[in-house]
Amino acid sequence: MAAASPSVFLLMVNGQVESAQPTVACPERCERPRVLCPQFPEYDDLYCKYCFVYGQDWAPTAGLEEGISQITSKSQDVRQALVWNFPIDVTFKSTNPYGWPQIVLSVYGPDVFGNDVVRGYGAVHLPFSPGRWFMGRRPEYTDPKVVAQGEGREVTRVRSQGFVTLLFNVVTKDMRKLGYDPGPADTQGVSGPCLP
Amino acid sequence: MNPKEEKVKIITEEFIENDEVADGRRKKTSKVQRQRGKKQTLTTGPEEMVLEKSHLGNQQDPMQEEPETHLVSMPSRQGPRSLPPIPSASRTGFAEFSMRERMREKLQAARSKAESVLLQEIPTPQPRRLRRPSEKESETEFGTESGKEVRRTQPEDDSQSYSRVKFDNSVRKIKSKPQTPPGFPSAEEAYNFFTFNFDPEPEELEEKPKAKNRERSNQEEEGEEEEPPIQEGDEEELLSGKDAEDFLLGLDQTTDDFLEVRPADYESVHVRLQMEEEALFIPSRLTVPTYRKLPENVQPRFLEDEGLYIGARPEVTCTNQNIMENRLLAQDPEKKWFGDDGRVLALPNPIKPYPTRPPVLTAGQSIKEELETLYKKAVKYIHRSQHMIGSGDPPGNFQLDIDIAGLIFTHHPCFSREHVLAAKLAQLYNQYLARQQRNKAKFLTDKLQALRHAVEFGLNPEKPHQSLDTTQKTINEYKSEIWQTRKLRDAEQEKDRTLLKTIIKVWKEMKSLREFQRFTNTPLKLVLRKEKVDQKADEEAFEAEIQAEISELLEEHTEEYEQKMEEYRTSYQHWKAWKKAQRAKKKKKKHAAEEHPDEEIEEPYPEEEPVKPIPPDPPDRPVIEQQVRERAAQSRRKPGEPVLVPELSLAGSMTPNDQCPRVEVLRREDVKRRSVYLKVLFNHKEVSRTVSRQLGADFRVHFGQIFNLQILNWPESLTLQVYETIGLSSTTLLAEVFLPIPETTVVTGRAPIEEVEFSSNQHVTLDHEGVGSGVPFSFEADGSNQLILMTSGKVSHSVAWAIGENGIPLIPPLSQQSIGFRSALKRADAISSVGTSGLADMKKLAKWAAESKLDPNDPNNAPLMQLILIATSGESYVPDFFRLEQLQQEFNFISDEELNRSKRFRLLRLRSQEVPEFRNYKQIPVYDREIMEKVFQDYEKRLRDRNVIETKDNIDAHRAIVAKYLQQVRESVINRFLIAKHHFLLADLIVEEEVPNISILGLSLFKLAEQKRPLRPRRRGRKKVTAQNLSDGDIKVLVNVIRAYDIPVRTPTASKFQKPSRSSRTFREKHPASPSTHSPTHSADYPLGQVSVRPFVEVSFQRTICRTTTAEGPNPSWNEELELPFRAPNGDYSTASLQSVKDDVFINIFDEVMYDITEDDRERESGIHTRIERHWLGCVKIPFSTIYFQARIDGTFKINIPPVLLGYSKERHIVERGFDSGQSLSEGSYITLFITIEPQLVPGESVREKFDSQEDEKLLQATEKFRADCALKFPDRQCLTTVIDLSGKTVFVTRYLRPLNPPQELLNMYPNNAQATAELVARYVSLIPFLPDTISFAGVCDLWSTSDQFLDLLAGDEEEHAVLLCNYFLSLGKKAWLVMGNAIPEGPTAYVLTWEQSYYFLWNPCSGHFYGQFDTFCPLKSVGCLIGTDNVWFNIQPYDSPLRINFDVTKPKLWKPFFSRSLPYPGLPSVQPEELIYQRTDKAAAAELQDRIEKILKEKIMDWRPRHLTRWNRYCTSTLRHFLPLLEKSQGEDVEDDHRAELQKQLGDYRFSGFPLHMPYSEVKPLIEAVYSTGVHNIDVPNVEFALAVYIHPYPKNVLSVWIYVASLIRNR
Repeated sequence: MAAASPSVFLLMVNGQVESAQPTVACPERCERPRVLCPQFPEYDDLYCKYCFVYGQDWAPTAGLEEGISQITSKSQDVRQALVWNFPIDVTFKSTNPYGWPQIVLSVYGPDVFGNDVVRGYGAVHLPFSPGRWFMGRRPEYTDPKVVAQGEGREVTRVRSQGFVTLLFNVVTKDMRKLGYDPGPADTQGVSGPCLP
Repeated sequence: MNPKEEKVKIITEEFIENDEVADGRRKKTSKVQRQRGKKQTLTTGPEEMVLEKSHLGNQQDPMQEEPETHLVSMPSRQGPRSLPPIPSASRTGFAEFSMRERMREKLQAARSKAESVLLQEIPTPQPRRLRRPSEKESETEFGTESGKEVRRTQPEDDSQSYSRVKFDNSVRKIKSKPQTPPGFPSAEEAYNFFTFNFDPEPEELEEKPKAKNRERSNQEEEGEEEEPPIQEGDEEELLSGKDAEDFLLGLDQTTDDFLEVRPADYESVHVRLQMEEEALFIPSRLTVPTYRKLPENVQPRFLEDEGLYIGARPEVTCTNQNIMENRLLAQDPEKKWFGDDGRVLALPNPIKPYPTRPPVLTAGQSIKEELETLYKKAVKYIHRSQHMIGSGDPPGNFQLDIDIAGLIFTHHPCFSREHVLAAKLAQLYNQYLARQQRNKAKFLTDKLQALRHAVEFGLNPEKPHQSLDTTQKTINEYKSEIWQTRKLRDAEQEKDRTLLKTIIKVWKEMKSLREFQRFTNTPLKLVLRKEKVDQKADEEAFEAEIQAEISELLEEHTEEYEQKMEEYRTSYQHWKAWKKAQRAKKKKKKHAAEEHPDEEIEEPYPEEEPVKPIPPDPPDRPVIEQQVRERAAQSRRKPGEPVLVPELSLAGSMTPNDQCPRVEVLRREDVKRRSVYLKVLFNHKEVSRTVSRQLGADFRVHFGQIFNLQILNWPESLTLQVYETIGLSSTTLLAEVFLPIPETTVVTGRAPIEEVEFSSNQHVTLDHEGVGSGVPFSFEADGSNQLILMTSGKVSHSVAWAIGENGIPLIPPLSQQSIGFRSALKRADAISSVGTSGLADMKKLAKWAAESKLDPNDPNNAPLMQLILIATSGESYVPDFFRLEQLQQEFNFISDEELNRSKRFRLLRLRSQEVPEFRNYKQIPVYDREIMEKVFQDYEKRLRDRNVIETKDNIDAHRAIVAKYLQQVRESVINRFLIAKHHFLLADLIVEEEVPNISILGLSLFKLAEQKRPLRPRRRGRKKVTAQNLSDGDIKVLVNVIRAYDIPVRTPTASKFQKPSRSSRTFREKHPASPSTHSPTHSADYPLGQVSVRPFVEVSFQRTICRTTTAEGPNPSWNEELELPFRAPNGDYSTASLQSVKDDVFINIFDEVMYDITEDDRERESGIHTRIERHWLGCVKIPFSTIYFQARIDGTFKINIPPVLLGYSKERHIVERGFDSGQSLSEGSYITLFITIEPQLVPGESVREKFDSQEDEKLLQATEKFRADCALKFPDRQCLTTVIDLSGKTVFVTRYLRPLNPPQELLNMYPNNAQATAELVARYVSLIPFLPDTISFAGVCDLWSTSDQFLDLLAGDEEEHAVLLCNYFLSLGKKAWLVMGNAIPEGPTAYVLTWEQSYYFLWNPCSGHFYGQFDTFCPLKSVGCLIGTDNVWFNIQPYDSPLRINFDVTKPKLWKPFFSRSLPYPGLPSVQPEELIYQRTDKAAAAELQDRIEKILKEKIMDWRPRHLTRWNRYCTSTLRHFLPLLEKSQGEDVEDDHRAELQKQLGDYRFSGFPLHMPYSEVKPLIEAVYSTGVHNIDVPNVEFALAVYIHPYPKNVLSVWIYVASLIRNR
């Protein structure tokens, strides 16, 4: 594998979907995306689904591209955090940074009738430079297939309902050899959390 | 951590250990040494030196307990220290060091350090001398010793120690501050203290004499080199003291030990302030005096005062500006930041004084009103002739407003003398006012002033940036300009003065005239106002001006004089020389005359004698002064003279009539009798005239009339005619006034009132005071000084284009204007914007601009200057382009060529452009070299082919053109829809349940009561799969072959095939029996129990072949599922790609025939030797796109069986067929299939796009409503009201139906048989190739072409076929409708319905077949709507199967009409042409094509049989060729028997299997596919021969019917 001139670079990500922190529920009805959204005082018993969206030049080589977490209940303390700690582990290979993988999270939970409805969506690019990253990202209300794309977003209106914290450990291989410099190589330690 | 670093560490540690060991030893020795101490000599070996050194150390601080500390602390870091004096030697020298030597070296270094410390304390040259020997020593040592480890470690050690030195330095910095707090002296301090005080001076002195004198000379240089180490040595000293303490404390000595924590140092405020002052700069807020900002001795120069344009500077507060100026001055003393006026250079203020954004709407205003968009339907432009406006438009589209304000006579026959003078006076006064307004003299004076300034400024030698000659040049320019300006100024001033004088003179004349005639005719009154001036100042100014002028003149004159002097000198020299020569000549002549007196005649030069030049006069100051003063007196106001300002008023009173003399009264009465009117002529035609108005006493006529000319044509001339009427009698034309035609930008309200002068040449003599016109008269009593005045005057008017109600100027379009009208062109150019319209010559313009000294900085002139710049710089270079992103180039990170050259970038770009070949290209390689060139080859080939009409495949040139055209249409349409494809609706993005309303709730409540397990199970929909995550092999096409009906059976003699040797006889025997073959009784002919037919089905798709088992009998039942894998082109499983898959699923039915080939009858008992042959019986072809869109295809299909199937016949034959029986007309064989794709794919949706339309908006709304209504009731039924034509416009569907003539040729064929004609027409239509829209316009909706387009394209899908057929039927006088419905296998399709004598017939336009309404095998399965020529009916009957519905559209309960009483048919004109024109197809071309196809097919068959020899039976081929025209003639019917007989007769010896194929011709490829699918070539009997014949029958309009007869022959032995 350690060929003098690699033809692909690798991006390994493992980490976890740590927790969600729903903000106070929306006071008014979400108007445009008429996904049933009555005033939920709080969310509970949520689970989440993740998948990766990536460009044509990317291919997963190992690990799981998709996953559905367990159901979590609110913690009983003041934070009322919904903790999943659901592991992510995937490795991509690619020839082109265009279409850098994004993780798309969809959070589901039961509504008053007990039906599973979607509570939120969120997407974030995987970190570019290797290291350990904490991320928080507000889920947004739109359809999962477009959450990672710009196209067609104009027809939806979303509002933030909270944020999910993700943790990524990123390892890249051969990126530099192919002429891509992912910024300061913080080879060790924890780089600062990326603000939501 | 860096591995290198670690290494260094280890090594240094080693060193330290060694040092310690050495120290231990040294300690002992040093003790001994101490006693001996001073007596030691200095010039010893290194060991000695150490001792010496330690000894010195002892001397330095006898108080110190541990003298070794020097040595101990030094070595590890001092190694290289000793080197500086000999840097060049050190590198090589170190290489040879052994470890030990190194140690020694270090010690040496340490010692020398210590010495240098001493040196610093006692700054004498001695210590240097002390060091010399050691250095010498070390030098020699380097040479002798060698040690390899050191070579490696040395540099590292070096760096290590160096870093430590650095560290030490920093420490020293802290320490060096005089900071000692009183109290506890630290060890170092104590040490310092002691070393300072107890320095043994005498010792040093003692050592001095010992020093070698030879070193002296070098000392100075050396000393310089050594300076830095010496200084550092001081620090070492201090540190070593500290180390000593550490040592005392017994601490380990590591590198880290040198860190020390100390309290922060105190800095006094003053010190800090002082330091801050050094480092910081606070710019003052005070205004900087101007002289500081300018170069020395330069006066500020204010460009604005010189008349140059300077934009407004942006506003900056004074303090900020001052701070900035101060900062700039401090920072950059070059002063390049400051302009000539001593201010910071600044661009004009870029902020516009007014906001350019539209005002934000307040909450109260309704946004809708403001932002409402008006939709204007695009109107098709019809060409109109230039001079006529189309009759459809209301007349007077364009309007020209002519405002005639009034008329003033500047001379009139009835003018009295006073009037003449008054007119003159008024004219002069106007002139005066105009001059006053322009105030040229003042302007020129100012300019002169500025220029003089500039010259002064320029003469100033301290103009740093300009080279001398440019300065000189500018000064010269200035000077000449001064001269010119002065001249101009003088002229102007003189003019002013003369004008004033003239005014006064005329006024005086007038006054005298008034006095003389004793009455006043005019109210004119001139008042001269005097303005006092300050005499002294005035005089001074005057004098200064004169002086300045004199000096300038003097200068000029001097220059001139010098020039002249120069000239004079040269000419004088010349003259002198000439004189001399002359004299010499004369002398010579004299001699010559003496010698040869006869030669005198020929005088050598008859040259004229140069005149002796006269020296020019030197300039004479008094003379010049005299001149200047004279001129000033003439043209200028004398100093102290008051300024005269004339004021003309009409305040005077006129003498009333009764006080006037008779002649005057007569004149006045004459004036009153006259009246004037104007005629307006447009293009030399009178269009209107003003009212007739009486001439006033002041000879003014006021009209104030506005004429609105409603014009049709572009105006060519606009004329006013002035008519005068005297009394009631005559009307005379006084003059014609030509008005300019306004430019298109001039519209009503903006046009200024202009005056146009006119004059008349009429001669009028009057018998009263009036002076008349064209006749001489005089003011003088004696009649001298005669004047002749002609009638003249001015018309004030304005001409402008009117503005329509909606603010659009009513101007004829520019295209109407002929070239002669410049005004139109002027709109675009820059010159007119400046105001000098009509200038066309750029060079002249540039010249003018240069001459008039246009200020190039003035933004008003910017367009003009730019134009000139462009025009003059590049000669004729005017950019004919407009660049939208002129900065784009800056942002390109590489050039376009490079981008194109890189294969990777190219690939990436093509992919992002969604070029089909690359749309789904995955993992584009990183390097160019990894990209194969062949990746692009296909693409490039396609690009090339786009422009090349490929005749290889398409053969027929016309079709090639059509193919190309189709390709273009497709591309343009696809491009149009690409954008639409990326447009999303909410519904696309969000899956959402409908908000439940009461009815749904009710239904669901009702559902609760439903049975949980219904008895009739319902089919559940499969889960649909989106195309994106599919790959090769995921998709399969499932074909369920269930059963077939009416498969042709072998003719009874087929049984005789079992008798191998006799098989050739079968045909012959069969022949007589053939007429009765249809009887079902023939099965008795199978004595051996062989069934009549053993059919099996073979399905081929994408060249994958699957077959069923063999069934038996003419009605076999297989019930087998065949699975065929599906591969998408390019691995692209996107919807668009899947839609454009052109592959067909071929379902071929074969008969499996067993041939017994046992050669010998005797072997029959013991063995069976048979060969299985397959005979093709027919096929069903289903396009993949149909399967894809239908998701599943379930039904019974008619098998296409060739018209002649030798050796087979239909078991059941319905003989009587025709229109008489409306019942089952069908014949032929059928197969029941179920085809689907697994997994089910989601078919792409057609693009939602609102298309433009020519249709009425109301109609479109009605169609929407109709459609919505229908969809609500019957969502499954197709409802079609509007369709999209080829240009992408929505068209109402009935417009497509119109009776159209079929080709006359077809009508002539069966003149008396309507039915046959109809069939023939249907056949003709079906011969036009079929090309579904979904393939040609993948992902795009259905496009309808009109019948002529369809015939031109020769390709179309069901709609086009149906429309054409329907139109033909309408033309044949049938009642015909278009039926929109669902059929198998095509899905939604169009059929044609005709009404024939109480029966309805359904025509399949693509196959040409027709079915009765109650034909169960009719492929049309449901009917959605009917379309007639004038209406659309939607099927609202409970059933939609044609079998069960009533086609009577007059019943509104069954058929919902689109146009009804509430919405009557508006009479929509058809989009179809009135008539179709058919060209006869070139028969020769068809024949050629026929030959070529035959050749191609033969080659193909040979290709398909690579392992066998393919023999062609030419005899058979020619026979077959002979048959094909017959088949065409009979349309493949009823010839079977004759044909068979014929064949058998001719090919008696062969076992023959073959069949004719019939197809419409579009391309060769489908023909090849069809031949391939029959599998004729698969026969591998060794002695097989083949026959292939092609026949093409040309129909009009290039419609070709292709017959291919393929056969295989096996000779019977």
